[in-house]
Order: sequence, then structure tokens, then C-alpha cells
Amino acid sequence: MSSVLEKVKFDPEGFLVDPMTWTREIGEAIAKREGMQLNARHWVVINFAREYFTQNGESPTPRNITKNTDVTTKELYELFPGGPAKLAAKLAGLHKPTGCI
Amino acid sequence: MKTFLILGAGTAGTLMAHTMTKKLDPHDWQVIVVDRDEKHYYQAGYIFIPFGMYKPESVIKDKKSFLPKKVKVIWSDIHMIEPDKNQVTLVRDKQVIHYDELVVATGVDIRPDQTEGMLGGGWQKNIFDFYTFDGSVKLAQALKDFKGGNLVINVTEMPVKCPVAPLEFVFLADWYLRKRGLRAKTELIYSTPLPDAFTKPSANAKLSDMFRKRDIHLEAEYAIGSVDAARNMISSYDGREIAYDLLVTVPTNMGIEAIERSGIGDDLNYIQVDKGTLQSRRWPNVWAVGDTNNILASKAGSVAHFQHEVVAKNILDHIAGKSLEEQFDGHSLCFIESGYGKAVLIDFNYDQEPVEGTYPLPGLGPFRLLNETYLNHWGKLVFKEMYWAMMYGIKVPLPSKMSTAGKKISSHNRQGEAA
Repeated sequence: MSSVLEKVKFDPEGFLVDPMTWTREIGEAIAKREGMQLNARHWVVINFAREYFTQNGESPTPRNITKNTDVTTKELYELFPGGPAKLAAKLAGLHKPTGCI
Repeated sequence: MKTFLILGAGTAGTLMAHTMTKKLDPHDWQVIVVDRDEKHYYQAGYIFIPFGMYKPESVIKDKKSFLPKKVKVIWSDIHMIEPDKNQVTLVRDKQVIHYDELVVATGVDIRPDQTEGMLGGGWQKNIFDFYTFDGSVKLAQALKDFKGGNLVINVTEMPVKCPVAPLEFVFLADWYLRKRGLRAKTELIYSTPLPDAFTKPSANAKLSDMFRKRDIHLEAEYAIGSVDAARNMISSYDGREIAYDLLVTVPTNMGIEAIERSGIGDDLNYIQVDKGTLQSRRWPNVWAVGDTNNILASKAGSVAHFQHEVVAKNILDHIAGKSLEEQFDGHSLCFIESGYGKAVLIDFNYDQEPVEGTYPLPGLGPFRLLNETYLNHWGKLVFKEMYWAMMYGIKVPLPSKMSTAGKKISSHNRQGEAA
């Protein structure tokens, strides 16, 4: 399992350096490293995050996610405990969300 | 005759009106300004009203007194903005305005309705905002009546206007309660969705120290889920409950509803622009200045001032058919009132974090950056007069590009990710 992660580069906080090197397999492996088991609802968020990144060049905020998917904020926090925007971005191979000023 | 339309006559819109009436040939262009409110509020003054440091009426003037005589002013709400048709429909008389160039400077509104229970039984009883004139005036009374207990400051969701204002509030509250002999009876709690007190890591070391000295409790990474007014309790999505006797909220900030109705903004009704040129990403003759754009710079009057010079030049180039040269650098300049007659000054941009050093201002400065001083507080008070002067169209010595002169810069302050 660790082999897919060895082929790509991560920053010191565990975010993928180049989002274009991400694959679903890498997403699964990052989840495992974070101690998470991904289900279909996680993938709704991760797929949206990838799509959002392709269109906007940045990671989505929690509001972007809940406004454009059927995942509610409450569910989002249950799926990605701690910081959903940060964790979802990490699993989707995106950069750490800036999201603030 | 061509039409240069400006929506909003707040800080950004007023500055744009002054600059464009000077730069555009009045034989070819008419400048029209639309706003829903005839009063101009000095919003940076709201922070002082709850503590009785400013009289409420001192932050209000008539918008008409600021706007150049050549400008045609229409008082109305906006119904629809349709960039595909180059037109805007007003609420008043359903008037349709066709434009050649459009500047959206409608700012942001607070939206307490976006948090479950916020507008329930406690709103303006023991839950207040200070981001509106009405809210700050009512909060002044609530603080006067406050007898001690849990005073909770909650930032709902980023971004918010003037991201340092919630910090100023908690510092000024500490000072105010101490003066009234209530500080020992009060728990001051600052809850924020950010991982730390402020958005800029280099300023956080300083601010954390200020929190510690004042015995202010920081509840970080706190994403408020709901308010239970019956129990006087807020709870976060991850289940953390905080009891309050007085809740001071900084609600979600969103662009005006006409932007949502027209389908021309992002999920917070901000207009998406290029972060350098401030030109709309979708319509080349649409520009967004000040709080209403989506760029990752602070939503603040100083920033609107810095942006407007860049936009004005780019619009003139666009009209002349030239490529856009001017780039906004994300420059922000903020005073943070820290109580006890002092303030901290920070100066930063997209790439450069706030650092220590000095900020020059002819006749007033230099001000010390990232340090609490009496002079910085005095500077903040003087800024109000500078602000009114700017609104009258008088040039003030605040260059739009951030200068590194006087700043103690080391390589690790050059920020990569932290915006």
C-alpha cells in the first residue's frame, strides 16, 4: 500500500505537492495513512473537491461543498472530523485550503 | 454618450466616482452611481460605539456631500445585474440602465440568518453584532447593562470584513470591563473557525501573547453549528458547547442578494475577479472593487482604497483597447485597537506577512509595526479624519503598493500558503 505514496511528493503537512499526480488509489492510501476508511459519502465530497479544483484552481471551502453537493454541514463534519475542508483537500490531493485572509 | 455605472457608494464606490469623473472625458462619458442608502457610514468606527468611545452620530454623513457634482446619483436597491446584456435593473420604477463599463462596489452584508437559531429568541436581547450601525448602538446598551458572566465573541465563517475587528472587540471589552470593575466576574471567550487568533501566522505569536496577558480564552477551529437561545448556548459542528450570558457574533458575510438573484457571483455572492487586475473573470467590462470581490485580501477600507487606484488605471487601459498593466498586490493596512489607549499596526500583502519595523506617514508617523503603542492608537483616531477627506476626493499619502522600507523582513515571513 505504501508503494503508491512513495511515487509522489508530499509537503511537510502531508498535502500532495502536485495535485495532478493524484489518483483514486492515492486518495485511498492517504486515507489509510490518516486512519480513515472511505465510504461512498466521502467520495461524494472528494470527487466534488477534485471537480471544484479543476474549475477554480483552489480547494473548496465547507460552504462550497455543502452548497453544491447533497452533503450537509453536519454530515461533512462527521465524515471529516477536525477540519473538513483541510482533510477533504488532503485526501483529494489538493493544496491546503487558504480560505481566509 | 457612454455610461460608466458604479453600483454602491460606500468606500470603494465613492473613491471610484471621484477618480473616474476626473479621468473620463465628460463629453463622452456619464458616470452614474446607484446606492440604496443616502447615508454614508464610517464602518471602521463601529468598533468604538459599543464602548462609548465614539458617539453614534459621529460615524454618519450624507453620501451626497461626497459624490462629485458631475455624477448622476440614483437612490434605489438593485433588482438584477445582467452582464450578458450590459444592463442593470433597479427596484425603483424598474428602471433599466444600459452600461458600457460596470463597477460593482456593493460591499457585503451580515447574514445572521445563515446560522441556525441565531435569529431565534436571543437576537438583540443577549445576542448582538457590531458590524451594523444598529447592532453596535444596541450592543452599547447591552454592555452598559452587563453585570458579568460569560462574554462570548464568535466569528461564524471566514472571510469577514475587517478580520481584525473581532480581535479589537475582545481587547476593548477586556479594558472596558476592567475599568468598570467587572473583569474578575467575566469570562472572556473568543471562538473562531481559524486554527489561531488571526489569519497570518507571523502576527499570531504577538496576538497569542496579548490573549495570554489579558486572560482571554481562545476556542480555535470552532465552526458554529447552531445557537440555542433557550439555553444560552452555542454549539459547534464537532459538538463543543459554549454557554454565554452575552454573545457577540460576527455573522457570515455575503454579497448582496441581487448578485445571487442574477447568478453572477460565487457561493457567498462575491464577484469573481482576477486577483491582480480586479477585472471580472467572465465579463471584461465588469469590475469588482472592495469587499464585494472574491480575492484573498482583507475586506477593509484601506484595501478598497489601494484597489481603486489599480482598477481605475486598468479600466482606462481597457477602454483604450490596451492590455492591462496594473496589478493589485493584496496590500492591507490595519490598526488593531488593543485597549488601554494603545493599538497595533499591521501592513501586509499577498506575499509578505505582517512583520515588525516602522510604517512611514508624512507628518504623523513613523508608526511601529506589530507592536502595541499609544501613537498607533492615536493614528487610528486620526485615520477617521483622513477617511472623510478621502471620501471628499482629497488625495492622502497612502501608496497602493506595499513598501518593504522600514520593515524587518526575513525569508520565513515570505509566505507560501498562509493567505
